[in-house]
Order: sequence, then C-alpha cells, then structure tokens
Amino acid sequence: MALDRELVGRSYPPSAVYEVGRAKIAEFATAIGDPSPLYRDADAARAAGHPDVIAPPTFAIAVSLEAAMVVLDDPDVAIDYSRVVHGEQRFAHHRPIRAGDRLVATTTIDAARTVAGNDLLTARVDLTTEDGEAVCTATSMLVARG
Amino acid sequence: MTGPVRLADVVVGTALPEQLYRITRSDLVRYAGASGDFNPIHWNERVATEVGLPGVIAHGMFTMALAGRAVTDWTGDPAALVEFQVRFGRPVPVPDDDAGAEVTVRGTVAALLDDGRVRVDLAVTSGGEKVLSLARAVLRLP
Repeated sequence: MALDRELVGRSYPPSAVYEVGRAKIAEFATAIGDPSPLYRDADAARAAGHPDVIAPPTFAIAVSLEAAMVVLDDPDVAIDYSRVVHGEQRFAHHRPIRAGDRLVATTTIDAARTVAGNDLLTARVDLTTEDGEAVCTATSMLVARG
Repeated sequence: MTGPVRLADVVVGTALPEQLYRITRSDLVRYAGASGDFNPIHWNERVATEVGLPGVIAHGMFTMALAGRAVTDWTGDPAALVEFQVRFGRPVPVPDDDAGAEVTVRGTVAALLDDGRVRVDLAVTSGGEKVLSLARAVLRLP
C-alpha cells in the first residue's frame, strides 16, 4: 500500500523519560567491543572534560529506535512491520549522551514515499533533556519491501 | 597516535588506520541485548532464511557502530564525532562458526569544512563487498 504523503510533518507526543545509566552505557560499549575508559570510568570521563561517562556515538539508537516505533503503531501508517528493514541512519550530536541524562524523545515523520513498490519512511527523533536541552537528532529511514 | 587528533594534523586525503573487526553469533546476541533490537533475523537462522536472507545477518546498527569505532579510535575523543550517517547497502551474513564474519573499515579525510570541522568518508566492506554506502562522519577537531 502506498504511503500517504500527508503524513510528512506529522509529529507524535513526547516519550516517557529515558534515564541513561552508567551500566547501560558500559553494556553497550562492551557489546560493540569498544574498550574506551570514557564509556566506563567517570574519573577518566571527567579528566576529558565530561561531567560523567559518555555514550558511544551510536548509543542513541537504543533510545531513538523504540521511540520511532510510535510511527509504525499509527493506524494511518499502513506498513507491515515484518517487512521493514533499516535503510539509512543519521545522527547529529549536539553533545555526547552521558550517564544521568533524562532524555525525552519526540518523533516526527520527515519523509514518506513509495518507490518501485517499496514504502520509504523517514522518522526523525529529537532527543532532548527533560529541561529541553538538545542532545541528539537521530534520523532513521525505514524501508518496507513491497 | 598519542592524544587526540588535532585539526592541524590532517589534510584532505589523510587516511585513518584501517581496522578489521570480527563479528560472531555470540556478538549479535550480546548486541541485541544491549541495543534492545531483538529482531530474530539477527539470531534465528530459521526466521532469517524464511524471509529470504542467506542466513542470520548482523544488525546494520552493529556494523555502523564498528565504523564509528574506527573513527573514535582515531580521534581519541568520541565527542569529536558530531555527525554520522550511513546507508545500509548490503547485509553482513554471520555464519554459525567461531570465525564469524569480518568487517573492514577504511576512512579518509574527504573535506575540510568551516568551524574546524572535517568530513571523513568511510569504506566499510565484508567479504570483499561494500556493506555500507554514503558512510560519512563529520568531526570537530581541536
């Protein structure tokens, strides 16, 4: 089914707060095989000028992809999740995500089109702190194969 | 390289150290747990082949994370990476053995931008095939 172009610009209510924990960052860093102390040792992170341990650049996906699922749950978005693959991913970091951050995700549909029977949907997730400080914009292009 | 890479150290054409990473099925299970992406095509051979894949494949985001490691290992400061984008061009099949799959990441400084930022273009291959395309990082170097 073709995606309705009028979906472009649709925004969803902010997510519940996601509190970033040191242990979760360390778990993610270990999973990608990165031994950097900046992801594990608060003293090392502070020595490098950060208030606490920071997260690897792609950690944001652990928060943003779940937030983006709000789009696929939208009854107006006629996409079968079992056919969805990840087409493109982009991160714009205003600053590193760090332990103690209380993040809120706001998802917006940036693009929706159908090409050669495949539905292409671009979801932008703006991650801010609870107080509104911009932290990261994570943009995912999802492809539902027709 | 000792200490963070500085803007004065790079010119267009500066190559990042080539990195070779190995991904096994065990790594995929660990990544699934850490990232929260439990799509069975990344751990279940039956489901992967049912949807037409050659077998279990790595999470695209795992491959992207490895490309990110090649960049942050070079800069020494992960916070220098301010923009990062990839297109997932081709899946990385991960065989059910101890060797797993190999992913090679090469990077080159492609452009000097304003505000002390530089663009690094990445070539990410597995089994001789390009698996990510339009893979780019923008770094803000001291």
